[in-house]
Amino acid sequence: MLTKRIIPCLDIKDGRTVKGVNFENIRDAGDPVELAIRYCEEGADELVFLDITATNEKRKTLSELVTRIASNINIPFTVGGGINSLEDVSILLNAGADKISINTSAFKDPQLIKELSSRFGSQCIVLAIDTKFENGDWFVYLNGGKIKTEKKTLDWAKEAVELGAGEILLTSMNNDGTKNGFANDITKLISENVNVPVIASGGAGSIQHFSDAFVLGKADAALAASVFHFNEINIQTLKKELRNNKIEIRL
Amino acid sequence: MKVVIIKYNAGNIQSVKFALNRIGIEPIITDSPNEIQSADKVIFPGVGEASSAMKYLNDKGLNKIIPNLKQPVIGICLGMQLMCKRSEEGNTDCLGIFDQQVLKFKGDVKVPQVGWNNIYNLKSPLFKNITENEFQYFVHGYYVGKSENAIATTNYITEYSSALQKGNFYGVQFHPEKSAEAGEQLLKNFIEL
Repeated sequence: MLTKRIIPCLDIKDGRTVKGVNFENIRDAGDPVELAIRYCEEGADELVFLDITATNEKRKTLSELVTRIASNINIPFTVGGGINSLEDVSILLNAGADKISINTSAFKDPQLIKELSSRFGSQCIVLAIDTKFENGDWFVYLNGGKIKTEKKTLDWAKEAVELGAGEILLTSMNNDGTKNGFANDITKLISENVNVPVIASGGAGSIQHFSDAFVLGKADAALAASVFHFNEINIQTLKKELRNNKIEIRL
Repeated sequence: MKVVIIKYNAGNIQSVKFALNRIGIEPIITDSPNEIQSADKVIFPGVGEASSAMKYLNDKGLNKIIPNLKQPVIGICLGMQLMCKRSEEGNTDCLGIFDQQVLKFKGDVKVPQVGWNNIYNLKSPLFKNITENEFQYFVHGYYVGKSENAIATTNYITEYSSALQKGNFYGVQFHPEKSAEAGEQLLKNFIEL
C-alpha cells in the first residue's frame, strides 16, 4: 500500500536553517545538511527546503547547497522559495533537487505552471499555497503571507492542478506556529477536490495532530518544521505511533 | 568497473550519479554508442514523458543500440517503461525489449502515484538482502500490468509489475536512487551482477 509521508521542512536563510513563528521572529536551528542527514536516519520520507527570504530579498536559492544536500541524502527532496522562471527550475533540478515548489510567482503568472510542467513533468512541480481563513472562507496569500488576495484557496488549487501542478503544499497561516494542529477542514476540501497529492502544513504540535491530518484532513503527507528541529517529536516514534493507529506508514 | 548512465532528455541523471557515488562508483554519463557498448553495466534512468524521450533516443540512434546490449542493463522508472513494447503515454512505440504494454492508471485514486510503496514476490538476485514488502519510492502515472517477466509486484489500485527482467535486461518502476538504504542495496546488487 502507498504510505502517508512525513516531511520535515527546513526553512533556509543565508545557508542556515531557521523556523519562523507565524512567519516572524526567526530562530536559528542549525546546518541544513546536518539536519537533513539526521532526518533521513530518523526515517523521514521526504524533505522540503524553503529559502524563506528569497521572495523578499530577490535571492536565488543556492544551487551549491542543493548539490551538497543531494550528494548527502538518499530520499527525495523539494526546493522552494523565490523561484520564478524556467531557468531557476532548470538550475535547481540539475543541481540535484527532485522537485521544486512555486508560490507567489505561479499566482502572478499561472502559465508558469504550464510551462514548467510541460518542460520538466508535473511530478516535479509542487504548488505551495499559503492560506488564511477570514470572513467565512479560505483565501490565498502571497509573499510569505504578507499580501492578501481575493482568490479562494479551493479555486486556485483546482486551477493550478488543471495547469499541471503535480502536488499541493498547503500551509494554513492561522495554524502555522501555533502547535494546535493542522487545518484539517481546508486540507480535506482541497484533497477531495483535486486529483494530486496534498501535503498538510502548519500547526503540528503532537503525534495526534499528524494522525488527524491523515484521517480527518485526508492529507497524503504532513509537513512540519519546529517540532522536528527542536526534537519535540522524534520522527521514528511518530511513525511507529501512526502505524499503531492503523495508518499506512513506512517503517 | 565501467558504469555508464545513458544521457538523454529525461532527467534525474544527477540523482542517479549521486546515489552511485555514495556506494563508491563514479559513473560515466554519456550518449555515445561506443561508450555505452563498452560499459560493464548500463543504467537507463528517466523522469519525463515517453514520446519526447523516445524521439530523442530515435534521433540519436540509441533505439538501435540499447536493445542489443549484452551486459546487464537496468531501466529506472520511465527508463523501464521505454524498454517495453508500447506506452499509452503519447501512444508511443518504445524499445520492445519487454513485450509488455505501459498503461495509464485509471480509477478513483490520485495520479501519479507519489510516495513509498512496498514491493513483494521478489524473484531476482537484484533483490539480494532486500526483504519481501520492503518500501521503495515511486512517482509514476503509468504502469506495466502483471506479467511473466515480473520480478517484483506492487499494489496501487491494481497489482502490477514493479520490476521486470528478461535476460540481461532489468527494469524497476521505483527510484532506487531515492529509496534510502533499500534502494542503495538494490543499486549495489545491480553493480555486483
